[in-house]
Amino acid sequence: MKPVAVAVENVALHFGATQVLRDINLKVEPGEFFALLGPSGSGKSTLLRLIAGFNRNQAGRVLIDGHDVSAVPPWQRNVGMVFQNYALWPHMTVAQNIAFGLEERRLPTADIKRRVAAVVELVELNGLEQRRPGQLSGGQQQRVAIARTLAIEPQLLLLDEPLSNLDAKLRLQTRQELKKLQRRLNITTLFVTHDQEEALTTCDRIAVLDQGVIQQVGTPLALFDHPQNRFVSQFIGSTNLFAGQFLAGDTGPSFASPALGLLALPSVLVAPSEPSEMAFRPHAVRLCSAEQPALAGHLQLSGVVHHQEFLGAFLRYEVRVGSALVLADQAHVRGQPSLPLGTAVSLLIPATEIRFIAL
Amino acid sequence: MRSPAGSQANKPRHGVGVVLLALAIAAFLLTFLLLPVATVVVTAFSNAQGGFTLAHFSAFAEISLMRESFANSLYVAGMTVFFATLLAVPLAAITARFEFRGALLIQTLGVLPLIMPAFVGAVAMQLLFGRSGSVNLLLNSAFGVSLPLMEGLNGVIFVETLHYFPFILLNLAASLANIDPAMEEAGQNLGSSGWRLFRKIVFPLALPGYIAGASLVFIKVFDDLGTPLVLNVTNMLAPQAYLRVTSIGLEDPIGYVICVILVLFSVAAMGGAWWFVQRGDFAIQSRGGVSSPRRKLSGSQSLLAYGWIVAVLLLVLSPHLGILLLSLSKVWSFTVLPEQFTLLHYATVLEDSTRMIWNTFLYCGLAALLDVVLGTAIAYLVMRTQLPGRQLLDHMVTVALAMPGLVLGIGYLRAFRGVELPWIGPLTASWLIFVIAYAVRRLPYALRSCMAAMAQIHPALEEAAENLGASRWRTLRRVLVPLMMGGILAGFVTSFVTAAGEISETILLTSRESLAPMSYGIYLYMQSISGRGPGAALGVIAVLLIGLGTWLTHRVAARHASHDVKGSAP
Repeated sequence: MKPVAVAVENVALHFGATQVLRDINLKVEPGEFFALLGPSGSGKSTLLRLIAGFNRNQAGRVLIDGHDVSAVPPWQRNVGMVFQNYALWPHMTVAQNIAFGLEERRLPTADIKRRVAAVVELVELNGLEQRRPGQLSGGQQQRVAIARTLAIEPQLLLLDEPLSNLDAKLRLQTRQELKKLQRRLNITTLFVTHDQEEALTTCDRIAVLDQGVIQQVGTPLALFDHPQNRFVSQFIGSTNLFAGQFLAGDTGPSFASPALGLLALPSVLVAPSEPSEMAFRPHAVRLCSAEQPALAGHLQLSGVVHHQEFLGAFLRYEVRVGSALVLADQAHVRGQPSLPLGTAVSLLIPATEIRFIAL
Repeated sequence: MRSPAGSQANKPRHGVGVVLLALAIAAFLLTFLLLPVATVVVTAFSNAQGGFTLAHFSAFAEISLMRESFANSLYVAGMTVFFATLLAVPLAAITARFEFRGALLIQTLGVLPLIMPAFVGAVAMQLLFGRSGSVNLLLNSAFGVSLPLMEGLNGVIFVETLHYFPFILLNLAASLANIDPAMEEAGQNLGSSGWRLFRKIVFPLALPGYIAGASLVFIKVFDDLGTPLVLNVTNMLAPQAYLRVTSIGLEDPIGYVICVILVLFSVAAMGGAWWFVQRGDFAIQSRGGVSSPRRKLSGSQSLLAYGWIVAVLLLVLSPHLGILLLSLSKVWSFTVLPEQFTLLHYATVLEDSTRMIWNTFLYCGLAALLDVVLGTAIAYLVMRTQLPGRQLLDHMVTVALAMPGLVLGIGYLRAFRGVELPWIGPLTASWLIFVIAYAVRRLPYALRSCMAAMAQIHPALEEAAENLGASRWRTLRRVLVPLMMGGILAGFVTSFVTAAGEISETILLTSRESLAPMSYGIYLYMQSISGRGPGAALGVIAVLLIGLGTWLTHRVAARHASHDVKGSAP
């Protein structure tokens, strides 16, 4: 089956006085694995349920494969949804759950049998067909939910936090399987999650939502490297953010920060077009001895180690610079001791890692 | 090391006190629940020499009146379930599935009938719907027809339907409301809608609630003694057992045969319902965070819904209105409404029956107290200790739910015949037997209430108290019981009000008038035409008392639900 595109145009939705979605515009390409990422209450699930037909938008329209589906009821959309709690019917066996959508489509019994067997094979549920949902583990229940959805050969697959009810180890394994399955079936998929790691690892592109507004859409790398605002920069990865003013002086650019003081910036940096905060990622900071001479093309700060956390692959230091705390992640090498608290250090940040994010 | 909090399997210790408590409760239940029932069953199967025999059963089957009574009891119970379903299903659907402003109205509908004992309302129903009752007088003058609503078995079915349909309504509405909306959405997502969605998803998921309510209605009606007696319908099983035991005597084996049949059907109905709910494996029905989406009613649907509710409300209120009118009427026969009003009946009742009112408070108060003490103790043993066999206590109590009052009453008379207690005298002719009889049959309700309250309390709250130096007993007193107080009070009031309206055990155990509670007084008054006025007045007082108690329960429950400090288990 040819994968379809989804377009959301100028959609707004409110429940009573609460505005849940504001002017949402999205284009999901055919066959894309697309994430809706945001904290709880951001509207991501509401948007997914809108595409499934369970919510009605008050403004704008939703197009699936170029057709406006706003007036199509959920049961005629042929859009498969996997619910967060799976919503498996406890009074039916696994096979009956999976066959349900096919029976509703009045398929001949032989076809139903064949397709149920095929999806059971696909998600590796063989031998569990006659069990009831209550007799399955969480991971198995999740696969039944996916099988039930895939059985109807939906034009679109919607996943509402499908991994959130699994334990950490299983979640890791399942997200890889999910991605492989999606690639194999080449089905346009929308994936709702609040977990940035899940979105970054599995999806082709991500829309970050906050307070009912799309903050940024892009590939995982683009979002991480070029966050367009404070929210995205902090929601995806961690970031050091400092308020202040960019000054283009004769001796080169500088940054006047109330917390850090007046900093000389590498000369390659150009002034942002609007008032901005300075941002750099903790892993971009290199800690050196306090006597480190100035290095061209780098921002250099001096501080004192305030706190440290060991995270296995790296050490995360909090370094007091001026009145601020700067996060600095240092890769850990076997046998290397951590810097004692109170150590005076120099912080080096390459100019290419410094961004100015508009307020 | 202890497993993390939240798992219930982390209480390995139990002291001597816990064991003694469990044994004492078991002894109480054995003596006052299982022994009387066993006595009845053994008597039904014993010949004069004490050997096993089925002769009494074949004797039962040879009496045509018995065969007729058996068929009538089944018919009445079955028809009541049918009509109660007709009344309840639309109401449950309206509350659980639609945006509807009258939800409070329906809740009221669910409680109103239960605060009026069925046998009290029966007389009023006869005056309103009987052959020469108000409704038929009106119908006759307007259209020249009359409806045989109160003729023979019809009357029993009519009265019982109005009284017991809330059991189906409440159970069904709860189970509809408990269906995770995602269950329906998943069906819609896969292409199902409308009637098919209802038939394949909603109906099967709501069925356990319906079955639970319907089986309860069946049992209650099949075992009921008061309503048929008041309506003078004696060709049913329970009245026959009562008449045999009171007229022929405690030695008549047919009475015991009937008791065994009542027990068998009750146990079968309850067991069947339990089996059905278990079989379906409905346990994983966890609700998501989403609140149930309710559909809007269209104009004509609204009209239909309100029409139905008002019609049911009028029917449901008719016994209440009837009994009130009767209690205030000087004369009321062959007229639509009473022709003269008086307060004389209330004066008569207050003069003659204060003793009965006092007795009701004494018996029901003590019984309810006993129930919540036992209920809390059993809840604690079952939910907070690892005592082997503790579930047995819970199961024993549940048995009481299926025991007809009539059977227990006869069992007490037979099993404790000749038992004399110091200070109290003969047990079966004392105030104590009322307290015990009321307490035993209401214990299941009190226990459910206490267990529900305890389930809300995270074990960590008690562990914190123990960690800070409180012993198990002190923890129970200072942490558990105060947090459970809402549930305990609700259990107390439920026990009290249901005991106040009890009639089956009461008429069997009332050995002399000075011991009689109000319910017996009402029954006695209603036997004569001249006594109906005072009987109704006493009935109104009883209904007010029960209504007040019910209202208090709701108040307490609502208040405890609102201050949310319980840290409910995840």
